[in-house]
Amino acid sequence: MPDFLKIEHIRKTFPGVIALDDVSFSVAPGEIHTLLGENGAGKSTLMNVLTGLYHPDSGEIRIDGRRLSFTSPRDSLACGIGMVHQHFMLVPAHSVFENILLALDNLPNLFSRKKYRARIKQLIDEFQLDLDLDSPVWKLSIGAQQWIELIKLLLRDCRLLILDEPTAVLTPQEAERLFKVLRQLKKQGKSIIFISHKMREVMEISDQVTILKKGRSIASLTRGEYDERKLAALMIGADKIPEWQKNLQLSTQISLDIQQLSVRNDRGLSDLEDFSLQLIKGEILGIAGVAGNGQKALAEVLTGLRKASHGRIMANGEDLNNSSARHSYIAGIAHIPEDRKTIGIAPDMSIDDNLIMKSFKNSAFARGIFQDKKSIRRNAQEKIAQFAIKSGPEGTPVRYLSGGNIQKVIIARELSEKPAVLVALYPTRGLDIGSAEYVHKVIADGAAQGMSTILIAEDLDELLKLSDRIAVMFRGRLIGFVDPQNSSREEIGLMMSGETGENDGGEA
Amino acid sequence: MLEILLDATVRAGTPILFATLGAIINERAGIINLGIEGLMLIGALAGFAATHSSGSLLVGVSAAFVAAFAAGSIHAFITVQLRGNQIVSGLALTMFGIGITALFGKQLVGLTIDGFERVAVPGLSQLPVVGKAIFNQNLLIYLSFFLVAAIWLFFYRTRWGLAVRTLGENPAAADTCGVPVNLYRFLAVTSGSGLVGIGGAYLSLASTPMWIENMSAGRGWIAVALVIFAGWSSPKALLGAYLFGGITAMQLRFQALGTTVSAHILQMLPYFFTIIVLVISTLRLQKGASQQPESLGLPYDREDRK
Amino acid sequence: MKLVTERREISSPLLRFSAPLISIGFALFVAGFLLLASGVNPLEAYREILIESLGSLYGLSETLVKTTPLIFAGLGVSLAFRMQIWNIGAEGQIYIGAMAASGVALFSGIESHGLMLLTMFLAAFTCGGLWAGVAGFLRARWQVNEVIVTLLMNYIAILLVDYLIYGPWKDPKGFNFPLTAQFSDTARLAEYFDTRLHSGFFLAVFVALLLYLFMERTIWGYQIKVIGSNPKAARYAGMKTGMAIFMVLFLSGAIAGVAGFSEVAGLQHRLQHGISPGYGYTAIIIAWLAKRSAGGVVIVAFLMGVLLVGGDSLQLLWQLPVAFVYAFQGLILFFLLASDFFILYRVKLIKGAADA
Repeated sequence: MPDFLKIEHIRKTFPGVIALDDVSFSVAPGEIHTLLGENGAGKSTLMNVLTGLYHPDSGEIRIDGRRLSFTSPRDSLACGIGMVHQHFMLVPAHSVFENILLALDNLPNLFSRKKYRARIKQLIDEFQLDLDLDSPVWKLSIGAQQWIELIKLLLRDCRLLILDEPTAVLTPQEAERLFKVLRQLKKQGKSIIFISHKMREVMEISDQVTILKKGRSIASLTRGEYDERKLAALMIGADKIPEWQKNLQLSTQISLDIQQLSVRNDRGLSDLEDFSLQLIKGEILGIAGVAGNGQKALAEVLTGLRKASHGRIMANGEDLNNSSARHSYIAGIAHIPEDRKTIGIAPDMSIDDNLIMKSFKNSAFARGIFQDKKSIRRNAQEKIAQFAIKSGPEGTPVRYLSGGNIQKVIIARELSEKPAVLVALYPTRGLDIGSAEYVHKVIADGAAQGMSTILIAEDLDELLKLSDRIAVMFRGRLIGFVDPQNSSREEIGLMMSGETGENDGGEA
Repeated sequence: MLEILLDATVRAGTPILFATLGAIINERAGIINLGIEGLMLIGALAGFAATHSSGSLLVGVSAAFVAAFAAGSIHAFITVQLRGNQIVSGLALTMFGIGITALFGKQLVGLTIDGFERVAVPGLSQLPVVGKAIFNQNLLIYLSFFLVAAIWLFFYRTRWGLAVRTLGENPAAADTCGVPVNLYRFLAVTSGSGLVGIGGAYLSLASTPMWIENMSAGRGWIAVALVIFAGWSSPKALLGAYLFGGITAMQLRFQALGTTVSAHILQMLPYFFTIIVLVISTLRLQKGASQQPESLGLPYDREDRK
Repeated sequence: MKLVTERREISSPLLRFSAPLISIGFALFVAGFLLLASGVNPLEAYREILIESLGSLYGLSETLVKTTPLIFAGLGVSLAFRMQIWNIGAEGQIYIGAMAASGVALFSGIESHGLMLLTMFLAAFTCGGLWAGVAGFLRARWQVNEVIVTLLMNYIAILLVDYLIYGPWKDPKGFNFPLTAQFSDTARLAEYFDTRLHSGFFLAVFVALLLYLFMERTIWGYQIKVIGSNPKAARYAGMKTGMAIFMVLFLSGAIAGVAGFSEVAGLQHRLQHGISPGYGYTAIIIAWLAKRSAGGVVIVAFLMGVLLVGGDSLQLLWQLPVAFVYAFQGLILFFLLASDFFILYRVKLIKGAADA
């Protein structure tokens, strides 16, 4: 069968970054084509090119053999290409109905609400989804929001559906259901591009796999030509993954005692509910859970960005929620935030200035109210060397650094105060393998020196590799603990969907 | 007494109502417009000049709309196509409006025209208390009633309206649904500006049928604050505008009655109340009573990597 | 074919530096047509502006006189800008500062020259600061939009001054004009070279220097810059952003308030209607044009001073309304915003789907 879509030698650069270097592959009708690659390999950028959001610097896109150049998502939609983006393209304040309505391509300007409600309802029932059309989108779980995105595409009769890491927000069981739907669509002759870096899913669903590495497509393999090991070898390439020696003798000292902590959001819903946890000195505690199940709230309340509505955080016998110790504690806790550019850095300021953001008042960097520019510069030179930060000329605003280097700036700053506790959210998201390994090493080194770490990550492999214990969260609650040495991914997956594990530890 | 006060309320509130409606359309599409004050002046001058030279009020109102539409397109171009700072661009528009109307209005100072006259709706205008205030007014006021309803219907019952609302919330979502983001935002800013211009024309064609330099006297700013009070909804804008019309009407009434309170102090009241109302509506906003368009004030760059 | 834009990797310093000048050039060009339309030869007008403002020692002194309040107000507004706070209320703060200084001058009865001026200065500083501080408090406490609050308070401030000079503070010997009595000599700043140039100008330059040191060398300035660059990051680093917002608006208003002090003590020697013909609004342009530097504020304030002195002479010669200067300033801002775009982006032509 002739290819529906053919991509040749696509290149796309951003200021200071080559996101896509040279990518080619093709997709046949009725094919599920997986794009496999590490974080930062360029998968999402490639898809944004394909949907007309980004304009490539060079290269060709052919559909049904016709060469096309998309200048906007309108163009690509007109060619039958639709995408479920990793960051959903939904309006949280609008109802489910309104969100879907806008996606309809043949909606007249004055439309009958009744008629379109019926049509959408029918599709929802067809897939046995439990969606209230009048509910505002923000009230829904992230998994449900993803279904809305999918429905938007199905109503448009797309010929090619692109799903960008759809399972990142699903439990393994929900993912199964998604795969069932995808196979159904495949039977109808639709093409699907499925993006993932989770090997087992790739093995299960793909007809073709194209491997992306550092912005290049390095191989396209048909089902049968590959196995898990071969794909992993291709994806990771020459980068060796070192083995860790875990810290087996944990101390008995408790560095942080979280008791029945609850956090409510602006809309009055519970982000964190009755959460209790004891963090031991020198341990790396992994937190597993589908994104959006309270991990962020936990990190924010621990680092003082949000207030707890109920419960206590005890350290050294003091409750940090309401005591005057709060400020000194918050200064002493290290935090690698999820959203680096939004809260981790002051983008217009230099590395020098960003490195002292938490310690600018210290006598090392200030004499009275005046800043000591020389020692600030010296500190920056030390950190740049120590963490191998690739910085531009002196004074370059950090917004011009690459993601990995920005992450290093944040880590250098956070760990420079020798913190007792580190809260790390998705610390390797978007990093190349080398940088990610470096981050792992820094965390492990810290643990060896007595720093306790709460590691929140979405990649189970990362958690299993680093953690001494893993706690599983679901809907803001702690479901239970597992021992990474004697538990399987399936067990953890089941707990991530809310089933209480056998080795129950947290829930009363 | 109450009848007279209600009537004065509606008349004083209408220019602010037009301006607020225009600002709502701007902000619903995600663009803050602080040029409202300048646009009102441009509308007032254009409306007056066109009416004076043509003798037709219809021509005057159309000219006000077109002139403000054109001036608004500067703001639209800078903020939408060029992704410039919306606050600075709006302030520039206000300054530009104040300056250019002073320049071109100089020759028109002191001239007069026949302004809008009251047109009673048969029957309804005889209703007790509200009859006079609502159904014995000039055509511009009837137009404002119509627009309040039409804008609501536009936003909640048409695809265009849905698209515009989506632009203010999440332009990327609209973009991936195939909505031409920049075009729609541009049109929302310009047509909203046009409505503001009609609000200005109300001042020079109905309130006081003449041109006075800087005759908007801060009403544009009050409108900007009222948008928040109205929670970006046109029916509530009507309420807000009449609230201010009421305060203005009462203040004028006090002055006419010759109180001992200084006129200057009385004139502060609308501004003072606007601040209070702004504080209250901001607090209500935080309690989730209504929602500010999420992408308000943010330029949309399709290739911007978050 | 379709035009697309793309972000430049690093903007060229040459472009960044020349952009304000190019913007002023374009604004002059367009304003020329406005002048033509009102029957004035623009070249003649521009020549007139230059001669009046810079062509003689007297002209230059007048320009510096106008530059003085612009520096104060521009510094105030630009300080708030550094933290992404919009103080659109410098105009009102000037009035309040002038009012406070005048109150001290007229009613305190202090006899020492130095003490009198110091008290007037402090009164203007504090009252201007508190006036802006209201907006600062509302913004810090409840996130109330400071643009609208500072702006509406301009109207209130001007009406308040009007109330005083038409009412309780009116000079009984002033033939019923709306102005206060003249200040005694103890309440006047020194004047130089037989012109109206007064020591307020040097105070303004000194304040600019202080503000530069404050922003670039102190931990407070550092915090303001972090908060301005990314308030969330600042909060996350443990900075008290609410307090900072209040303090910055207070200081911003206080410096603008000092402009009022300098105007009444150095120039007008009484409180009267229209004490500021819109210096507070011009200050917004100055702050935006000067981008981040206190030195830039001084330079741009001087340029605007040239424009204002020139504008006055246009009014005398051709009866152009003073507000015309606003139109010109609006144009400068428009072109500056447009030039910002070309500093950040480049535009290129690509083929659309239809051409393939």
